[in-house]
Amino acid sequence: MDFTLRIVMTGAALLGLISGSLGTLAVLRRQGLIGDAVAHAALPGIVLAFLLSGSKAPVVLQLGAAVSGTLALLWVQAILRTTRVRFDAALGMALAVFFGLGVVLLSAAQHTAGAAQAGLDRFLFGQAATLLREDLIVMAAAGILAFALVLAFWKEIQLVLFDEAYAATLGLPVRRLQTLLIVLLVVAIVIGLQTVGVVLMSAVIVAPAAAARQWSSRYGRVLLLAGLFGLLSGALGAWISSLAPRLPTGPLIVLLLTALALLSVLVAPARGLLWQYVRRRRARETARQAVMAVLQELAHRHPDAAHPHPTATIQAALGADVPVEAILRDLERRGKVRHTPDQGWQLTERSSHTP
Amino acid sequence: MSPALEILLVAMLTAAACALPGAFLVLRRMSLVSDAISHAVLPGIVVGFFLTENLQHPLLLVLAGASGLLTVYLIELLEKTGRLREDTAIGLVFPALFSVGVLLIARFAGQVHLDTDAVLLGELAFVPFDRLIWRGIDLGPRALWTMAGLLLINALLIRLLYKELVLATFDAASAAVLGFRPVLLHYLLMGLVAVTVVAAFHAVGAILVIALMIGPPAAALLLARRMPTYLLGSLLFGVLSAVPGYGMARLLDVSIAGSMATMVGVLFCLVWLLAPETGLLARWRRHRRQQRDFALDLLLIHLLHHEHRPEATAERHRATLPLHLNWTDEKFARILEEGQRRGWLRLEGRMIHLTEAGRRHARKRLEALAPAPHTT
Repeated sequence: MDFTLRIVMTGAALLGLISGSLGTLAVLRRQGLIGDAVAHAALPGIVLAFLLSGSKAPVVLQLGAAVSGTLALLWVQAILRTTRVRFDAALGMALAVFFGLGVVLLSAAQHTAGAAQAGLDRFLFGQAATLLREDLIVMAAAGILAFALVLAFWKEIQLVLFDEAYAATLGLPVRRLQTLLIVLLVVAIVIGLQTVGVVLMSAVIVAPAAAARQWSSRYGRVLLLAGLFGLLSGALGAWISSLAPRLPTGPLIVLLLTALALLSVLVAPARGLLWQYVRRRRARETARQAVMAVLQELAHRHPDAAHPHPTATIQAALGADVPVEAILRDLERRGKVRHTPDQGWQLTERSSHTP
Repeated sequence: MSPALEILLVAMLTAAACALPGAFLVLRRMSLVSDAISHAVLPGIVVGFFLTENLQHPLLLVLAGASGLLTVYLIELLEKTGRLREDTAIGLVFPALFSVGVLLIARFAGQVHLDTDAVLLGELAFVPFDRLIWRGIDLGPRALWTMAGLLLINALLIRLLYKELVLATFDAASAAVLGFRPVLLHYLLMGLVAVTVVAAFHAVGAILVIALMIGPPAAALLLARRMPTYLLGSLLFGVLSAVPGYGMARLLDVSIAGSMATMVGVLFCLVWLLAPETGLLARWRRHRRQQRDFALDLLLIHLLHHEHRPEATAERHRATLPLHLNWTDEKFARILEEGQRRGWLRLEGRMIHLTEAGRRHARKRLEALAPAPHTT
């Protein structure tokens, strides 16, 4: 494996790990789209940081991104506190307005800085291939810092995430903790911008958390699993994109993550739709067998084995919460029972001989 | 018509066309669906381009609209599983569709002129170059006709279905009982949003579409209390941000779409700050006034309480009062001046006296603050 590929894979894996696990902070509060907003809102900060410093060093640009992303979210919070405008509208407007400002600054930078600004827009679509070893160090450092903060405030973060009112009654500084959550999320997003770009960032925040949530209901596990999913998809996406020309890394990572999330929704043990389907089928089968047993018992006791019995008799034998009528109709379709219009249900010849 | 006027007209028409469905999105708390649609139309456009090799072909509009509706459908499908919340579903679907679009472009578009940023950013400045020619007659920019037509369609449909839309927005259950088919209305509105997004961002790009759909209605929401005013306000704010937006772009020679999006934000902030009654400034002043009135009441009641008592001399001395009330001297001076202005207080040397009007007011406030207990 060549050096560049190793760097890119490591970078993508780090991005997946950090953004994936920190993304749970937003997704579990039903604010998954914060990632999208912050990613877009980072643009003016990136361009301003470049215009002010004249440097295109990723750390400088990421600092600018973090500042303007945070400002956008603070604006959203202020709007929510003081107006009737709802979260979705405030977030959408902040996203579009900040991005618009970024585009204005970008076009201004084209005049003032000439060709020097070329490459700034790689943050729009992300270019994993441009990752350098220094970038990895920055990513790792920011990631370690973020995880240290999460660990240090683990209990408080959980409380604020799941029950703000309760956290407030315990005397926790809820406002400051919320700001901490925002900062952590902004770190997660800014780290990813260079690799996957503005538009796809949202998936890197949302998909790992959505996938992990299907496998566990405990917050700690969800966070770890999301990190793991992000890490695997990142590394795998970067590797696949190296296999053939013109396979951009960002979209591949996103598609892998989406597939993982959909797969989890389908097959995760407790919540998987597939298992739900199997469980329902099994429950219906058990219910059918119970109804058949009642009918056979009745036929056995009655002098005339073919005597039809009304629905109410069967219902009485099984209790009120069994949907007897529906099960009988189901059995009728399968040719196991027959319906005589005025009297009730009887076993067909085929089913009365089988034990 | 000069090119500048043409651009401005297209910008205003686009803003108006976006504001109408946007107003309903904001009320239905679905603003971010416009974000999702505006990104997820990419694969539709790409496939359309592969089929026709022409970025202007109407088939692109149709396919883009279709992928917009597909986005909405997929989001709802995921939500209905009960395993993912709405924001998660949105955040999964549109990046995935966008990724498909980017991959298609990267793999197969090769050297043809189709950039993701061309689709995403848009350029109003190019509007005058693409003209509608009919039998050799120049009818003006094509975008002018598209956006005018779109505005007409949006206005007509919303006018026709106004009652149904409003009811379905505020009370979907009642609407269903009355036979209004909220689901059908919902998809109709989403279709309107998808078509508007697609038609608009050809000229202005994905981001300005979102700004124009959400920003003006959000600003109108700060002012309006009734549906017609809200819709009208949304239209007005949309059109209003087009003019200074374009002006700023011309002046500084920067992106028109970006400049308009910025103006949407500036306009919102102005309304947020200056709205009568609900604006931040009005609230702040009301708050200050209430604080001052309360302080004044407190001073009057204090003076009333100690009138004709042995300690009265100390309790109404200019030097001791601020200490007793635990106020800064500056605050005390302000309140004292206000009390004199209203004719409730009189300053004789260093002593503060209640006037008859001040005494009456103090009694009234005391009554209001601590009503006499009922005796039966």
